[in-house]
Amino acid sequence: MAADQAAVPVASARAAGHGTPLAHPDRAHKHAVWHRLRRHPGAIAGASVFTVVALAVLFGSFVHGVDPHYLDYRAKNQGMSLAHPLGTDNLGRDTFARLLAGGRLSLAVGVAAMALSLTVGTVIGVLSGFFRRLDGPLMRFTDLFLALPVLPLLMVTTMLFREPLRAALGLEAGIFILVVGVIGITSWMQTARIVRGQVLAIRAREYVTAARSIGARPWRIIGRHVFPNALSPIVVAATLDIAAAIITESALSFLGLGFPSDFPTWGRLLYDGVPFLTLTPDRVIWPGLAISLTVLSVNFLGDGLRDALDPHATAASRGSRPPRRTQA
Amino acid sequence: MLRYAIRRLLFAVPTLLAISFVVFALLDLAPGDPTAQLPLTIPPETRELIRQSLGLGQPFPVRYVRWLEQFLANEPLNLVEVLFGIKIGDSAGRLRVSSWATRSPVVDLIAQRLPQTMTVVGVSYLVAILIAVPVGVFSGYRQYSVFDQVGTFITMVGFSVPTFFTGTVLIVIFSGALGWLPSIYDTTHRVTDLASLGYQLRQMAMPVMVLALFSAAQISRFTRSAVLDTLHQEYVRTARAKGLSEPLVLLVHVLRNSMIPVVTVIALGLPTTFAGAIITEQIFRINGVGALLIGAIEGADIPTVQTVTFIFAGLIVFFNLVADLLYGMLDPRIRYD
Repeated sequence: MAADQAAVPVASARAAGHGTPLAHPDRAHKHAVWHRLRRHPGAIAGASVFTVVALAVLFGSFVHGVDPHYLDYRAKNQGMSLAHPLGTDNLGRDTFARLLAGGRLSLAVGVAAMALSLTVGTVIGVLSGFFRRLDGPLMRFTDLFLALPVLPLLMVTTMLFREPLRAALGLEAGIFILVVGVIGITSWMQTARIVRGQVLAIRAREYVTAARSIGARPWRIIGRHVFPNALSPIVVAATLDIAAAIITESALSFLGLGFPSDFPTWGRLLYDGVPFLTLTPDRVIWPGLAISLTVLSVNFLGDGLRDALDPHATAASRGSRPPRRTQA
Repeated sequence: MLRYAIRRLLFAVPTLLAISFVVFALLDLAPGDPTAQLPLTIPPETRELIRQSLGLGQPFPVRYVRWLEQFLANEPLNLVEVLFGIKIGDSAGRLRVSSWATRSPVVDLIAQRLPQTMTVVGVSYLVAILIAVPVGVFSGYRQYSVFDQVGTFITMVGFSVPTFFTGTVLIVIFSGALGWLPSIYDTTHRVTDLASLGYQLRQMAMPVMVLALFSAAQISRFTRSAVLDTLHQEYVRTARAKGLSEPLVLLVHVLRNSMIPVVTVIALGLPTTFAGAIITEQIFRINGVGALLIGAIEGADIPTVQTVTFIFAGLIVFFNLVADLLYGMLDPRIRYD
């Protein structure tokens, strides 16, 4: 109860600036963010394209009801037609249906890996920023992970653990958990650093001191004051993490170390299309375009969100270190 | 500064040791038997002998320490001997990390593959810097101009489109449709005259373009924001107020100061480009270090995988160190002691 009262002055100060009733302190902030986001053409375009891709991938199979696994040898290597909008592959499977199915998997991997990386990064960032004693060891741990050669390690891990996990959890679930797990575990470091910086700044604010002085426990302060105020960089990191995870997964699949041909992601579809490059180049072009468009739109959305959530950030604090990518 | 450099160097040692342990343990403790691929007709006793000959008889800590000894003591000693043509101690009896696939020392395999990777990575990084820095500077200087808008969009595309897609698209266009460039990199090609130099340039064009596009996107995004930051500094306003010409303000006051973070980012990005070469080598069939790693992973050649991965980690640690030291050297405002 006591901590709730401590939060009121801050909330009212924030709300007063926008003339919003005290009962809804967050609404003014949300409104301002939405207003700034709406004027960012890149963010709007990115959000629209991503929504279209997500809807197409989720519900496209209801419109285009061809089974992506159905083999039709008599109609192999076809170009675009009414029955097969994007043609067929060398086994006569419908490219468009496979693209939709692959996209479902690619996006699922992206979102799941983002959730894992965000959870690990946020926990480590909050702990390291809030508890002074944990800061040193946790940041050394983060530095160690930052120095790991991510792509070689990803390749090695998927190669080594693919068969055992597949045997234990089934074909699709095994590889999904493996790929999501390795991507999530090797991509949380940037989030942890950003969150730590934010938490360090919040911890020094008066409302945290006030909450502490009336005897609020550390976990309550974290849940009530620190975490909600550190949310905006986490949201930005989430979008950029989705993009990075999709790229990493497709890079792994492109090297033949990700998903198998039976459950292809966009990256695997591209990999499978490369031997037929001269015969049916569109088998490479469509999955590649799908990956590029999705990643581009998510990156634009992330850029816009960052500008909208943190309008006072200087250019340097936005990119003091470029986001690390596993693949160049 | 010197004290900071030494402290930083000392911190790199435990980092490298920890990474070497992670790499070794990951590969060593993973399920699977390296002799599983051999024919089933081999009797169990012989199979056990093969395992012993691969060095698998010892317990894990012993093998880890011996690997460290071979890699961190024996190999550098060997390198010194080869470089200076001298003999140190018992050089023939010294154990070296050897590949399970070829039975030859892994370091020799890497030395064979390194020139190809270095040529492509080095040239592409140079091209990327030469393109990215001017573009970034001009974009930042003329913020929101048409040049900036187009440049920002292109860097975003270069940053988002994966290299394996740009690579295949380039192959479709320049090797398939136009037939101008070879799609496979010939590493046995020797440059002897003008015609062979022309062929070398043509076969390098696509891999270099692919790698350079990605690095250039990152560097120019960063240069732009660094220039934007510097442009709003008070000393820039002062320089203009005292009547300096605009080129002088830009080239001396803005550029020199905004290059400090850019130089460190260029150093930090180099190991990423090496990792990117793994994929580029796969697209254009270049038999460099990345191809060696992929081949070793597919053939379960664990010593080679361990060594190459550890060298990649060493590159990251080394260039992080370089970036930190460069930052301190270039920016006198930063004090470490």
